[in-house]
Amino acid sequence: MREVAIVGVGSTGFRAVTPDVSYKEMMFEAATRAYQDAGNISPRKDIDAFISVAEDYWEGFSIFDEFVPDQLGAVLRHLFTVCGDSIIGLSTAYMLIKTGHFDVVALESHGKPSDILTLYDVVQFAMDPMLNRPLGGHPFFVAGLEMTRFLYETGNTKEQCAMVVSKNRGNALANPYAAYGADIDVDDVLCSNHQFYPLNQLDVSQPSDGGIVMILASNEVAAELSDNPVWVKGVGWAVETPSLETRCWSDAVYARIAADMAYKKAGIGNPSREVDFAEVDDLFSYKELQHIEALRLCRPGEAGLLVEEGETWIGGSMPVNTSGGNLGMGWALEASGMQRLLETVLQLRGEAGSRQLSDVDVGVAQSWRGVPTTTGAVAVLTNY
Amino acid sequence: MSEKIKRFPGEELKGADIRVGKVPTIRFRPRVRYLWSAGVAMSRFIEGLKEGKIVASTCEKCGRIMVPPRAFCEECFKPVDGYTPVKDTGTINTWSVSYVAGDASRIKEPILVAVIDMDGASTGMGLLHLLGEIDDWKQIKFGMRVKAVWKPPEERTGNITDIRYFKPVKEV
Repeated sequence: MREVAIVGVGSTGFRAVTPDVSYKEMMFEAATRAYQDAGNISPRKDIDAFISVAEDYWEGFSIFDEFVPDQLGAVLRHLFTVCGDSIIGLSTAYMLIKTGHFDVVALESHGKPSDILTLYDVVQFAMDPMLNRPLGGHPFFVAGLEMTRFLYETGNTKEQCAMVVSKNRGNALANPYAAYGADIDVDDVLCSNHQFYPLNQLDVSQPSDGGIVMILASNEVAAELSDNPVWVKGVGWAVETPSLETRCWSDAVYARIAADMAYKKAGIGNPSREVDFAEVDDLFSYKELQHIEALRLCRPGEAGLLVEEGETWIGGSMPVNTSGGNLGMGWALEASGMQRLLETVLQLRGEAGSRQLSDVDVGVAQSWRGVPTTTGAVAVLTNY
Repeated sequence: MSEKIKRFPGEELKGADIRVGKVPTIRFRPRVRYLWSAGVAMSRFIEGLKEGKIVASTCEKCGRIMVPPRAFCEECFKPVDGYTPVKDTGTINTWSVSYVAGDASRIKEPILVAVIDMDGASTGMGLLHLLGEIDDWKQIKFGMRVKAVWKPPEERTGNITDIRYFKPVKEV
């Protein structure tokens, strides 16, 4: 059976603004680090295919694909762009290797929201032009609508969501790649400005710039490139519906379906027992709780209790977002999911520094494409 | 239309009918604005333009002198080794004559565009720009020598348009 491993990772780290470098220079740095990490391979001859994850409107280019190859060493090589989240990009790389036609694939994703002057107008541009856009308002009210129903249906609380913020911003202090590490307590969150009820200002992730590149390889060559390959045991993705009028507002159904697909491939029947830790999307504080439940890492309605009882903190039984999550690392557009993957790899390699978990072998990374989407993807990674 | 059907049933629509709302439509103008960080290499290029210089970057491994400049050599995949100005003269690599403006309307005075291999840069590297001071585009030839016509220093803003166009030069 052909297996797929992550054999190299590289990142610029994430910052609120990066006026010193262009997006190309940012990508070049991440790629250089990843190639060095993967046994110092040369992109000019050792990589069979390249995948860049990018969305034209985030980049400000129609057909952004064309602006990718130079900085990845992919000129005159086999490259395409995936317009989706970076765990969907990972799934694509995984499938390329599974075909048997490719042994080494480079996967790139970056976000440079500081280059977008009208970031939230671009988000609004993702909404239905007939039914929703004419109503105006900031598009993040969609998250407020979802949080209201989620808390009502599950019994999770605003205080528990605030604990997620405190945990993740605190975890980010131990992560040199994170843009928004901070010592914040529950009251700080609850007393921050109301933004999109029930979301307060500190419940909402802030944009950050940064790039990540990963090198994937088949089991046939993985050992040559890495002493500590991390295996991609399963991938999954799903979409619910764009309709704000008819979608499920309480549960992250897309994440449940994506997770079930990934768990099935990975042979995981009881995630809450078999998974050691998780990196999940937390673009808004409640999303962490909602996604923990969708990934079946606890019983429905109990994610809030997990954070309250310390189980999702470092040292708990199911640590979640040791990286700081998106709340701590920042909302890096399509690279947001890649942040989740990066931390999962670092933890499984034992390279997570002062936030390193002990005895972890199975990690789950999950992404969401953000407001107003219901698209998510999941990857199950192991170090054996 | 097939031979048997001379006219489809129903009412024919013209473009104007759609504009006046005869067919239901939704109009939306997105607000998308960007402010790209120029970065290490293009900042030097932009600053060079203000001074009337075309800046290249150099790779000592492959020996190329690259215009437009970049922070890394895409062939060797390594950071560049330095930046250097090249001449503002060059040779026409390829060219076209556009009788259509950006909005697809026809224009009387065609826009002359060319890719110019810059003197001092490696073969096949240079700028895409406009040609000017050419009475008849039929005078344009492969290998034609051209020189940048710059805006006066006080009008330069660090933009590719700080060069108005390239004009033919006769060399002795």
